[in-house]
Amino acid sequence: MPPALVGKVAHRLATRARWRLLEYAFWLAALASFFLLPNRHLILTEIAWLALFALSLDLILGYAGIISLGHAAFFGLGSYLAALLAKHGIVNEPVLALVLSGLCAAVLGFATSFLVLRGSDLTRLMVTLGVALIMREIANQIPDITGGADGLQGVVIAPILGLFQFDIFGHVAYAYCLIVLFILFLLARRVVYSPFGLSLRAVKGNPLRAASIGISVNARLVTIYTFAAFYAGIAGALLAQTTAFASLDVFSFERSADLLLVLIIGGTGYLYGGLIGAVIFKLMQDWIANLTPQYWQFWIGLVLVLIVLIGRDRIALRTGGVRLLAERITRRFAPAAAPVAVPPGEGS
Amino acid sequence: MLTILFDGIAYGMLLFVLACGLSVTLGLMNFVNLAHGAFAMAGGYITLVLVNRAGLPFFAGLAVAFVVTAFIGALFERTLYVHVYGKSPLDQVLFTIGLVFMAVAAVDYVMGSQQVFIQIPSALQGRFEIFGVGVGRYRLLIIAVCGILTLALQLILSSSRFGSRLRASVDDARVARGLGINVNAVFSLTFAVGSGLAGLGGALGAEILGLDPTFPLKYMVYFLIVVTVGGTSSITGPFAASLLIGIADVAGKYYVPKFGAFVIYTIMIIVLILRPQGLFARAAGK
Repeated sequence: MPPALVGKVAHRLATRARWRLLEYAFWLAALASFFLLPNRHLILTEIAWLALFALSLDLILGYAGIISLGHAAFFGLGSYLAALLAKHGIVNEPVLALVLSGLCAAVLGFATSFLVLRGSDLTRLMVTLGVALIMREIANQIPDITGGADGLQGVVIAPILGLFQFDIFGHVAYAYCLIVLFILFLLARRVVYSPFGLSLRAVKGNPLRAASIGISVNARLVTIYTFAAFYAGIAGALLAQTTAFASLDVFSFERSADLLLVLIIGGTGYLYGGLIGAVIFKLMQDWIANLTPQYWQFWIGLVLVLIVLIGRDRIALRTGGVRLLAERITRRFAPAAAPVAVPPGEGS
Repeated sequence: MLTILFDGIAYGMLLFVLACGLSVTLGLMNFVNLAHGAFAMAGGYITLVLVNRAGLPFFAGLAVAFVVTAFIGALFERTLYVHVYGKSPLDQVLFTIGLVFMAVAAVDYVMGSQQVFIQIPSALQGRFEIFGVGVGRYRLLIIAVCGILTLALQLILSSSRFGSRLRASVDDARVARGLGINVNAVFSLTFAVGSGLAGLGGALGAEILGLDPTFPLKYMVYFLIVVTVGGTSSITGPFAASLLIGIADVAGKYYVPKFGAFVIYTIMIIVLILRPQGLFARAAGK
């Protein structure tokens, strides 16, 4: 390739990946929430790990087009591993245990990724669902290790880095989750704006064409699936560490289904979708659960039905408009930037 | 040994009646209906109310369950599902999961969350022995009813005019439309009958499968397994798959209780990997 072209492409990629003003605002708001809402740290902690979990699903659904009904398999594995590592004192330091749990989930993701390569969307749905069910059944059938249906109790989490002890108000937990979320978000951002991320979008758009311009489709899918499993494992481990508990519930179908809703609320195919979705979902859940503690699932179901009936495209168009506006404002504040093409095709 | 086989067959037959509607929905419209179990649950609860509270005879309860669920199915199909056919599988999944959540919470609200049982006539309780094989009377009834239904379905599909229209629509909806078959009407009717059968299955199976508001979620996987293993192109495929799953599940739970549920999940995944079109499907032309 001529060096001029290389430079042009590199410049193009760099412009695409530049931080927008709104992104700074988002993370500043997240930071501010830590100081301004000290009484709400418990629910904010939940939002943080849910956001990470949704980000993980977005990586495969929004960027690679793999529908999964069993993402809880990795979440649950990470959760149980983190709890077990702490309970038996194998790895006491939470951060190290976190990474280990994530890596184990990634191994499971790698092993099962070959199952999702084949077949239609329906086959993928079934296979991912089946994997999550098998994981749940395994956890259910070895009560000596996992505690079975009672859950894994008596977990004591050591102070983070030996310095910060978890407190009952969730201050440390929230800071911890937020930092982990931010770091992993940066990593994910780096990945999706890289040429690799672009090739994923090509695969999602049309696998056949992607293959014919020289992208090894299967290798890409395996890589991103494994990567997403790592994220889901970390999210699960965060849950286990902040609650010092793990139960069969982490593998449940409802968890995978709720996760889809989270991501759909926020919008698929851009990194903030999962994050914004997590905030809205948790606040909504909290609000509905206060109104009708037992039947909040009904309203969640209603939201799902309405979203589909109204049409995700139409909703995405709205948010797309907001984003376009944001781009325009950003550009005004950064006049040096070349015009940036908005990545198309956020629907489906 | 034979008793287990017998129980397995009864279980499998029940699964077939529950799931055959789903297999047609999937095959005909490529529609992923995760809410199929909700219709089964509706049938179960309708029978429960009629038999336990209103004192209707058991068999009349079954018949009403079939009719009412079929009606509900047709209503839902015309008002809600019809908007979702053209959408992506993801949308269909979200939509039907939403319906399941709503159904679960609504039944919980109306009927309470505890497991319930339909009173079955005393003539159907207990078991007797034939040639040393223990045969539960109720299970025998299930096999009889489901067997008759299966035969009737097979006859309708293979030799009635409606059956040939349905088969034509499943094979290639576009060409079928071109030949003047009203595919949508065929589909509505099939959906209604499928829902009705699910309702009947739910009512019949309440004794064996148990009935509580989480029924659609608990058995959703089983229905999907039947359909994926059996394929969607015929009725014999899901039938064979149901028997296979039923016997494997009962035998698995009996002989290796530690691995009970693994057996069918593993069967499903292996089949999906080796034969994504289903075990008994013809080579797909589409």
